[in-house]
Formats: sequence, C-alpha cells, structure tokens
Amino acid sequence: MAIEVRIPTILRSYTGGAKVVDGAGDTLADLLTDLDSRHGGLRGRLITDAGTLHRFVNVYVNDEDVRFLGALDAKLSDGDSVTILPAVAGGAFGFAAAAAISSHSAAAAGASSHSAAAVARDAVAAR
Amino acid sequence: MHVLSIDRSIIDAIVAHARRDHPDEACGVVAGPVGSDTPTRHIPMDNAARSMTFYEFDSMEHLRVWREMDDRDEEPVVIYHSHTATEAYPSRTDVSFAGEPGAHYLLVSTREPDSEEIRSFRIVDGVVTEEPVRVVEAGVDPHAVQSYMFGQSPATVDYECSGR
Repeated sequence: MAIEVRIPTILRSYTGGAKVVDGAGDTLADLLTDLDSRHGGLRGRLITDAGTLHRFVNVYVNDEDVRFLGALDAKLSDGDSVTILPAVAGGAFGFAAAAAISSHSAAAAGASSHSAAAVARDAVAAR
Repeated sequence: MHVLSIDRSIIDAIVAHARRDHPDEACGVVAGPVGSDTPTRHIPMDNAARSMTFYEFDSMEHLRVWREMDDRDEEPVVIYHSHTATEAYPSRTDVSFAGEPGAHYLLVSTREPDSEEIRSFRIVDGVVTEEPVRVVEAGVDPHAVQSYMFGQSPATVDYECSGR
C-alpha cells in the first residue's frame, strides 16, 4: 500500500533531498515508523519524547489537518497523500522585550561594541 | 552576503497590513518563482493566535497557500511578521520555530506610531544572520534604490554613516 508523503525543505536532509517519498501504514503512526526505517531520524523530528505529534509541525492527510483526524491514530488508505509542513509561528513573546531592555541599558552605559547591529539597537533605544 | 531586494509597493503593503492588525502581530508571505530569490506576490495571512506577542499561521490556510505556491512553481521568498511593542529583531521564539531555511525572515516593528523599523534575517539551524533590505522603487530607474542596513528609518541610516 503506497502513500505519498510530501517532505518540507527543512526535513529533506533525511530523504536525500527528495521532496516526495512513498510510505506504507494503516495509521499515521505506522507510516512514520515505516518512513523512519528508510529515512532514519525523520520520525524523531515529528514526534515528541512523550510520543505525540510536535505542536509546531502540521501534518495533513489529503486536505485535512490530522489534529482533526485523531492525530497519530489517523487512518490511512492506499493512495492517500500526506503533507508535512513546519508551522510558521513566532512572535515577540519571551525574549525580545528582555533584549530591548538590556540593549537600552547597554546604550545608556555607552556601549563599547561597534557592531552595526549594536549601533542600530542604540539608535532604536535612543528614539 | 545575502540581500533582500523587494519592491516598494510590496513593502508598503506589508507595512499597511502590520498597521491594520496593530496591536496584534501580523504575519504573511511574499511568494516568488522558485530559485529566483525575488519576492513578487504578497499574501497576507491570518494570525490564528490573534495575539500581541505571538503569531501562527492558520494550519488550513497554510496548506492552501503552500499548495498554491507549489502549483505556480513558487516558493516562500519572504516570511514576515510584526512586533508591535519591541524591535524588529527575531525573538528566541522566532528562531526556534523558523522552519524555512531558504526564506528571508522580514520583521516590521510598529511600536512607533509614525515610523516603522524593517529588518531582514536569515535563520538557519538556529543561527540568525541579518542582511540589508534593498527597496526597489518601481516605475523609476531600477538603479535608483534606497538601501536600508540594520534599520529602516533615515535616522538609523544616519547613525551608521556617521561612524558612531
């Protein structure tokens, strides 16, 4: 039973550069185990140590997000197409505010760094 | 060294999107022909997190847009988002989630009401490398460009030129 799996750029190091590989399995979990037997390490990039799908990896069966199909238990059939996409996410939370504060105090102290980035930060902090 | 060359009209559209969604973070993509490194098609995306400090593409919109790019032999040349209260520099969160090693990660800060800070980065294997943004003015001499290095506002460029 062949299932087509579309591999995102960032994981193609595991597939010898291939954009699409074939796999087999009755569920997504089986498919990932099957893929890992030929593309060692791929499964570990998608599944946490706790055995669940990584929060910031999107996996789709045909046009559906597997989160709505039972995640790793999602049933697969011959001819299905599985797409893996790393979530596009991020944001200022957590770090940038601290960085802005620290660069501000560095600017106030007369930062000795002459890197362009430091200059730009100083300029921003000075505004 | 990498440079992001991008049309003024696209930058303006990205800034307008960031202003519209402020104080929430805005996010989107600029697609371009595969291998061209030229951003040509601006695609504003929904921020599914609808947050002032976090953004995330809606998973279904993400699939639809990525498929559409595939069908058109395009790739995500630019992935952008806004920071609405902090500088336009990738946060640790941005770095840990950066999943498109070929993309220019463009950040727009809208914390100042009258000016935007626009900066571009490569994020590969957790390493952040800033690159200049070269804004191309369409409809005029293609060599008549304005380059922004490490910051967008004229004031920042002045700082750089003054050798401070």
